[in-house]
Amino acid sequence: MLTYIIRRVLSAIPTILVVITIVFFAVRGLGGDPAIAILGDRATPQALEALRERLGLNQPLWKQYTSFLWRLAHGDLGRDLRTDIPVAKLFARAVPYTIDLAIWATVIGILIGVPTGVLAALRWNSPLDFVGRFIGILGFSFPTFYLSILLLFIFGLVLDWFPMMGGGGDYSDPADRAYHLFLPALSLGLIKAAFVMRLTRSSLLNVLHEDYVRTARSKGLKEWVVIYKHALRNSLIPVVTMIGLYLAVTIGGSIEVEIVFNRPGLGKFLIGAIQERNYSVIQSGLVVLAVFIVLVNLITDLSYALIDPRIKYE
Amino acid sequence: MEIRRFLKNRVSLVGLVLVIIVIFAGICAPWISPYDPLKHNVVNRFADPSWQHVGGTDRYGRDILSRTIWGSRVSLSVGFLATILGAIGGTMLGLIAGYNKGRVSNLIMWLTDVFMSFPTMVLAIIVVVAFGAGTRNVVLAIGLAFTPRFIRLARGSTLAVAEHVYVEASKATGRSDWGIVLRHVLPNVAGEIVIMSTLWIATAIRLEASLSFLGLGTQPPTPSWGMMIKEGMFHFIQAPWLSLVPGAGIFCATMGFNMLGDGMRDALDPKLRGRLT
Repeated sequence: MLTYIIRRVLSAIPTILVVITIVFFAVRGLGGDPAIAILGDRATPQALEALRERLGLNQPLWKQYTSFLWRLAHGDLGRDLRTDIPVAKLFARAVPYTIDLAIWATVIGILIGVPTGVLAALRWNSPLDFVGRFIGILGFSFPTFYLSILLLFIFGLVLDWFPMMGGGGDYSDPADRAYHLFLPALSLGLIKAAFVMRLTRSSLLNVLHEDYVRTARSKGLKEWVVIYKHALRNSLIPVVTMIGLYLAVTIGGSIEVEIVFNRPGLGKFLIGAIQERNYSVIQSGLVVLAVFIVLVNLITDLSYALIDPRIKYE
Repeated sequence: MEIRRFLKNRVSLVGLVLVIIVIFAGICAPWISPYDPLKHNVVNRFADPSWQHVGGTDRYGRDILSRTIWGSRVSLSVGFLATILGAIGGTMLGLIAGYNKGRVSNLIMWLTDVFMSFPTMVLAIIVVVAFGAGTRNVVLAIGLAFTPRFIRLARGSTLAVAEHVYVEASKATGRSDWGIVLRHVLPNVAGEIVIMSTLWIATAIRLEASLSFLGLGTQPPTPSWGMMIKEGMFHFIQAPWLSLVPGAGIFCATMGFNMLGDGMRDALDPKLRGRLT
């Protein structure tokens, strides 16, 4: 077990390096001169030159790259070029909003997706199953941002049950925090529920045709025992796996939700930085987002090794 | 046989009809859209839906229905081009990685794993950051984000096909590796690739809408569904149709391709299940 953990943790390092390298070169490709983007067209050549010097843009590319890596290794994410606040501080403020959103969306997705998936599989080919499958495809087809807008309109505006905007003050009051979290988490969670439902349904259907389920039935066990103890438990293994893989997708989806609800998370921050070409924030933002996803995947993988002992022998 | 099974499936038929409607709207946009999608009409701003303007008008007085019809062009071209880009690149790399077992294929698979662990949305954003916003770069971004998914699929099928006796027989006759891949492996892999592409077109259309919504995709004034919804969002109270009508466009297109792809998959290969965005 320990060797598996060590191997898996070590394998995340080259991944993170590749991602950092890609982000570095992607940001260098950013349309136009960052110095002009920051200071504007009317800046004097001296001012532009000074800023380039300060950003290290005059140095050869490999030197910029190594010093970028060096600073990252020391946890230095640079400073916001406009406000001069350390980027790490800004992110520390944003990350909890995104984590909360991703976790609660996942919880909502499981709470809705698993029971409806089981129901659809048990009533296979009935009208209920048909409705379930239709809703499943619907969730697959609906852009997250669009569902967010519709929910915002219905529950925020027409019914006025939930706030329209923001993440809830300074995030210290749990009730207010949940109040602001509900609609965003529901938007993302409903999309996720559609995936979970489809997955649970097809996984349970596969298992229900297995020999050991027939054996359990022929032993004369009650139907609910067969389904709950024999079929459902096994069918949930792939579902758990996919939910873990989906955590990364959820973080991707949270970007759209944060924009619609004006929730000050990582995604909102990153898109804002891209729009105003805030060079240092984009660069660190993408790195933080990517490392965040690598870590989520790492934790997911490790937790499977605990659930399913076969994994560590692969 | 497969066609009959496909036609019996009502879900896929509905999908086919939706896809035909959207493609028809895209091709015939100049003839069927009632107004010029870019023409401003300041007198008639925020007009309610009526017989003159079935979908109402936006803050410049532009006809929403016409813009939605024209918007299908952007969505369809991005959907098709990005998927074709990802499918061709991914299939080629997947064939190499599946047939040749060496350092190159190890590298390809390692990079594939790295990229697979990132949501397509995040990959697309990185590409847009590098090359700038705009429809062409969105095609590139989505195509690149799809490539690893196709590599996985093509490699898996190649590994299975390469085990067959006829491949060995072909090898014995002295055919080159490329000859075997093109002649024997590719035709066997192609079916799955096409089905998967249909499903990914829906995802590409959805991603284009999302990127345009975030302001990273198609730029104004070209009508694109995601951007129209973004513009409409600020006027949801007084004019909800601004975002509801283009939303219906997205809905038709993505539902259509998803239902069609699902039906094709069930008809041609019942084993192929479970898919990730």
